[in-house]
Amino acid sequence: MTSLPAQKSKKRLGLVIDLDICVGCHACAVNCKEWNTGGYHAPLTDTNPYGADPQGVWFNRIHSFEVANDTGGRTVHFPKSCLHCDNAPCVTVCPTGASYKRAEDGIVLVEEAKCIGCKLCSWACPYGAREFDEDVGVMKKCTLCIDRIYNEKLEEVDRVPACVSTCPANARHYGDFNDPNSKVSQIVVERGGYDLMPEMDCAPTNKYLPPRKPQSGVKGASLPDADNSGGFLGWLDRLLSD
Amino acid sequence: MSTPSPDIDLSPEVSDEVKYTTCYMCACRCGIRVHMKDGSVRYIDGNPNHPVNKGVLCAKGSAGIMQHNSPARLTNPLRRVGPRGSGQFEEIEWDEALDVATSWLARVRGSDPRKLAFFTGRDQSQSFTSWWAQQYGTPNYAAHGGFCSVNIAAAGLYTMGSAFWEFSEPDWENTRYFMMFGVAEDHDSNPIKKGLSKLKGHGGKFVSINPVRTGYSAIADEWLGVTPGTDGLFVLALVHELLRAGKVDAGYLARYTNACWLVIQNPGGADDGLFARGEEGNALCWDRKAGAPGDPLTGDVSPELKGEFTLPDGRRVKPAFQLIAERYLGSEYAPAAVADRTGVDAETIQRIASELAQAAFEEEVVIDVPWTDWTGRKHDKMIGRPVTMHAMRGISAHSNGFHTTRAIHLLQLLLGSIDVPGGMRYKPPYPKPLSALPKPTGNAADIQPNTPLPGPHLGFPRGPEDLLVDEHGTPQRIDKAFSWDTPLSAHGLMHMVISNAWKGDPYPIDTLFMYMANMAWNSSMNTAETIKMLTDEDPETGEYKIPRIIYSDAFYSETVAYADLILPDTTYLERWDCISLLDRPISDADGVSDSIRHPVVAPDRNVRPFQDVLLALGASLGLNGMVNPDGSPTYPEGYKDYLTNHERRPGVGPLAGWRGENGEKHGQGAVNPNQLDRYIENESFWRQEVPESGKYFKNVNKDYLEFAVELGLLGDTKPIIHQIYSEELQKFRLAAQGHGNVQPPDDRRERIETYFDPLPIWYAPFEEQQDGVEEFPMHAITQRPMAMYHSWGGQNAWLRQIHGSNRLYMSRTKAASLDVEDDSWVWVSSRNGRIRVQVKLMDGVNDDTVWTWNAIGKRSGTWNLDKDAPEATTGFLMNHLIDELLPAQAGGYRYTNSDPVTGQAAWYDLRVKIEKAGPEEAKESSPHFPELKPNIPLAERVSPLRYGAGFRKKKGQ
Amino acid sequence: MHPAGSIILFTTASGLGYGLLFITGIYAALVPNSPSPTFGLAALGIALGTVTLGLLSSTFHLGHPERAWRAVSQWRSSWLSREGVLALVTYVPAAYFAIGWVFLDTDIGAWRTSGILSALLAVLTVISTSMIYASIKSIPRWHNCWVPATYLLFALLSGLLWFDALLRLFGHTQQNITLLATGCVVVALLAKWAYWRKTDNDAPVATIGTATGLGAKVTMLEPPHTGENYLLKEMGFQIARKHAVKLRRAAIFLTFLIPFCLCVLTLLTSGTTATFSAILAAIIAQTGIVVERWLFFAEAQHVMSLYYGRELGNEAS
Repeated sequence: MTSLPAQKSKKRLGLVIDLDICVGCHACAVNCKEWNTGGYHAPLTDTNPYGADPQGVWFNRIHSFEVANDTGGRTVHFPKSCLHCDNAPCVTVCPTGASYKRAEDGIVLVEEAKCIGCKLCSWACPYGAREFDEDVGVMKKCTLCIDRIYNEKLEEVDRVPACVSTCPANARHYGDFNDPNSKVSQIVVERGGYDLMPEMDCAPTNKYLPPRKPQSGVKGASLPDADNSGGFLGWLDRLLSD
Repeated sequence: MSTPSPDIDLSPEVSDEVKYTTCYMCACRCGIRVHMKDGSVRYIDGNPNHPVNKGVLCAKGSAGIMQHNSPARLTNPLRRVGPRGSGQFEEIEWDEALDVATSWLARVRGSDPRKLAFFTGRDQSQSFTSWWAQQYGTPNYAAHGGFCSVNIAAAGLYTMGSAFWEFSEPDWENTRYFMMFGVAEDHDSNPIKKGLSKLKGHGGKFVSINPVRTGYSAIADEWLGVTPGTDGLFVLALVHELLRAGKVDAGYLARYTNACWLVIQNPGGADDGLFARGEEGNALCWDRKAGAPGDPLTGDVSPELKGEFTLPDGRRVKPAFQLIAERYLGSEYAPAAVADRTGVDAETIQRIASELAQAAFEEEVVIDVPWTDWTGRKHDKMIGRPVTMHAMRGISAHSNGFHTTRAIHLLQLLLGSIDVPGGMRYKPPYPKPLSALPKPTGNAADIQPNTPLPGPHLGFPRGPEDLLVDEHGTPQRIDKAFSWDTPLSAHGLMHMVISNAWKGDPYPIDTLFMYMANMAWNSSMNTAETIKMLTDEDPETGEYKIPRIIYSDAFYSETVAYADLILPDTTYLERWDCISLLDRPISDADGVSDSIRHPVVAPDRNVRPFQDVLLALGASLGLNGMVNPDGSPTYPEGYKDYLTNHERRPGVGPLAGWRGENGEKHGQGAVNPNQLDRYIENESFWRQEVPESGKYFKNVNKDYLEFAVELGLLGDTKPIIHQIYSEELQKFRLAAQGHGNVQPPDDRRERIETYFDPLPIWYAPFEEQQDGVEEFPMHAITQRPMAMYHSWGGQNAWLRQIHGSNRLYMSRTKAASLDVEDDSWVWVSSRNGRIRVQVKLMDGVNDDTVWTWNAIGKRSGTWNLDKDAPEATTGFLMNHLIDELLPAQAGGYRYTNSDPVTGQAAWYDLRVKIEKAGPEEAKESSPHFPELKPNIPLAERVSPLRYGAGFRKKKGQ
Repeated sequence: MHPAGSIILFTTASGLGYGLLFITGIYAALVPNSPSPTFGLAALGIALGTVTLGLLSSTFHLGHPERAWRAVSQWRSSWLSREGVLALVTYVPAAYFAIGWVFLDTDIGAWRTSGILSALLAVLTVISTSMIYASIKSIPRWHNCWVPATYLLFALLSGLLWFDALLRLFGHTQQNITLLATGCVVVALLAKWAYWRKTDNDAPVATIGTATGLGAKVTMLEPPHTGENYLLKEMGFQIARKHAVKLRRAAIFLTFLIPFCLCVLTLLTSGTTATFSAILAAIIAQTGIVVERWLFFAEAQHVMSLYYGRELGNEAS
């Protein structure tokens, strides 16, 4: 099963991340940590949490970049988690079958009991989306909140990944990319959603929406003087007689 | 080939129980669901039904588990045994702690209640703590607003009966043009994030005016990297442009603002600059139809906005708008004249002005809902100008912030965009007219031993007679609030308490009682000096200059070591609380709301909620309202009991929902013994929708005003007219000019006359006005990281991974000119001190500005972190560079380094110079204070931390 | 990439072992009157010993060594799995071959075939080892044909040098083997040279711009966390350019230039001097190979580091 599913999965579940409105608040990253530290991969261990070198397992990390361009440049906050690739190299390199892509929905998962902790999958992933838990010696990763999205013990509305439900800016969307009518499919078409590092040929499921073209305004625009006949008072007169 | 996917449990049990309460990880106060499993907290997420956050939750809120389980939590009451600052304590029982506190407090109360200074920090129970202080009888009470946002709050309340901050919100659905001044990441944070997303989604333009392009500014359509402290000048240039082009909403100005009110022109006279008033005291306008004065509030006059008139009694008058036009059409406000100073070029200012006019006047928003104004006139629809402004930190923390905020309100009002469709909207209980707000209390006559203060401490002076000064003009409060130094200091000046008390100016105190305020660290300007003041002894008596300090906090913060008695508080999941309409409300523009916290987890330590402790102290001190005639406590069950049974005035208590014996009343009604149960049933909040016809124009909307009166939010249905021209400010100016019974001392006259201008002015921040400022050519400011809230977040195992240290950010071009490279270590010096920090270069920052993330740096040995925690080794505070006082004036007096109108701490005024550190110097931030080595019992620092391991169960288990 | 000691030991020791096994198997097949069982014991003992040491060492790298047996299951897709399978399979003919030589003093027929089979499997195993790295597209310095080529040549080089030294030590001097080793030094040097030339000069396969999709001029403002993390420790390892240059020089001297001179000395001398010189060549080359292997990891940048603001091909100076 380290081989990718022979047939395309029925559903292709994943995320759309809107770089236009992500303000970089880290809500998705922390809420993800909070959900998942008690979830499928529990715990997301923190080594030395109160020490000189605090580190931990996180499935989602928010990078910040500055982009220089001809519209004055901007700062872009850039959340990144597993992209649940169609051609997931992290799956095919796995020697034990612990790393697999689900045939049902395309989610890439790690079965911890089979993981020998060789870390090869983390080498194979170009996106840095795998997280080794040194405390337990196994690889962990984003599960697309598989223990939420199908969870019958949760309200229907809560059956979305934690990062999506908590995002205050609505910069994250979840859905089935195989369904052309899904919100994620449509928004990707509408906004020109793209793949990260396409040259890696991983065919990531998750898509990123580029920053919208800024409304820069009309260069040189300026208000004309109010009709000056009668001076300021004349102007006011006309203003009031409107 | 592929084998079937492993069988995994797709529907694991999430929780045994879900409890709804209110977050306290910042001031946003979102509704949360706490999912409990096996007696501990499995998961916290946003409550989808809650009016504030509607299901979302930020990074801080999502890290609540780590705050609640932090090893930095205090575990037991403590009494200091070693010298102050040594961190040597002994554990005592609560009975003893309360006895000690009572004995200290009773002695002060029985002799001179002024000698208690009771100041709370990020307290969300201010309506309660202030009431307690009032019953105690000290005039010295305030919370942290004086170093937070009193500039914004006061400017708003004096102008439009509300404020940016969290008392209003943009009409996100309808606005077309949104301008945000400064950093707004720390207040109303989730609603603003949601709103920005909506705005960008429907194609509105977002302009950010901020020296730094981070956070919300990152997603702005246009970022203007304004020079710190010049926002007001930039705004007044926009005002100039709009006036020049005649792009103002004259109808709105005439109907809903005091632009048409007649201002007396009598230079040198005692009534100069005041409004001409009719017999009943109403301000007059000039009715162009009648050619005579009229009452603008009747609605059947045609008010003139321009000209100069002579009243029947012979006085010369001008409409306020005439004065506005005369002033801001002046060439000193022309874009070209302000461009260099603001760092925004003239062409851009002109363009922004034209875009504002375009959005306001060409893209009108019409909502098809009829409404009725206060005069009874019917309007068949609501027409609005879809331009919105928001301002917060940066604006507020400059010494010119009050006037800058007034300037922004002026701009909004000229465009006719306050509480209209597409504009900025009031959140009930706001708007409130100035007349409905309290005046400060605390003059000598009000203070008697063992006697409550007759009114609230904090208020809004209408004129010099409302100040808290004696006949010589001497301040009456320890923080000198409401004195001639800073007359409109509506939130007090917590940042001056320790400095003034140490100096004994205006008088020494006996006991300093603080709650949730890290004054020995990031909550003080001038941290190093503050620490010295806290430990300084009077050589004559051998006593500390501030003899007794009581401190309540949930965590082992830097300040704990400097207190004599520690009353350990609970975490937010272990307590009762209310987010009251009497305090800082959580309403939204469409509805009135309040909410509660209730204990979802029982404390596992010997700690008590501070509010319970205050009530217990109140009972043992015999404070009014806290003890029954038979001597028994009025609220034996503590704060929970108070929340239900306390009435501030008949029918009005801390909570507005489900009042009346059976919970049938809202807003006002008798005490309902089951009120808290009703809240808990309703997910810990109450909300009442504003009637559809009352949702806009609230200040003049009959339906809204009646709704507000019925709920008890307002006392009457009189219209609340926007005060573009502030007569209150003019009254202070007149006093400075020698009029009236209460006048400033001679050495204060010029300052009052200058800064109490009835119309917005701009002046350079005070640091820039000092001699020798050329030596410090750069501005230094801080920004709020969204994932961290003050120092609190630093103990949080998750949040400190995100922000475990901070850098000094500066522009690449500037750095190159100083030979500073990325990652270099530099010295940053100000007139007050110097710090060594590590640099990070960037593009999105004003060239003359350096900045850092706020309150990341920590003192070694605190918060139960390793002594070599990055917060202490490479993290730093800018606070060391900021003096709480301005340099001495002629005569030697040193004013507070604050806004001269409101006393807002001016910590954004800071000027610095940057020099490269030597290659041989330690790669460590400086100053590095000696490690605190407490001997108190704190929880073990678990490592590795495997939180949640226990929640994982195999399928079927 | 983090140069983990366990993996360096694994690849260099198993390389030596398989190289030696390969040359022993081929030698037995081609050269009549194979040397004594004692020699066989030494050669095959060292070969299988170092192979075993290498394989054991590789398990030290694992989070769960006790589950290492699972690693043979995914041979259809995973080179690591194939490597494991081949390594285990190789033991069978190699053991058979060793038993014949050492205990029965025979290397004809099936015994000989098993030697050839061992040699073949040794080659395949080394190829698999190299393909673990070469198959990873995320690490441009690894994802090219020079990786299997150098792995094979380095295995052959250490095998030949040790075999030559052993032959001389046991008095079975074969100048041809020394000649072969000398030639191998040159070819391996050329291959490594080609590897460095290619991987130093290849255009970056990805940039911060393509990694983020944000265009040509992207710089990192802030990393996600102020502290370290697993990804940076494992895949963000950086070596300063000046260190890399020094180490490359050391690797060239130790692996090629000194062994080449020693081989020539071996060819030109005889007796103890030649033997000593051959042994020294093997030891020094082996040291050089360890340095080379350390660099193989340390110099390899992972495209993930683009997200941390680093450009590919720009080692810290």
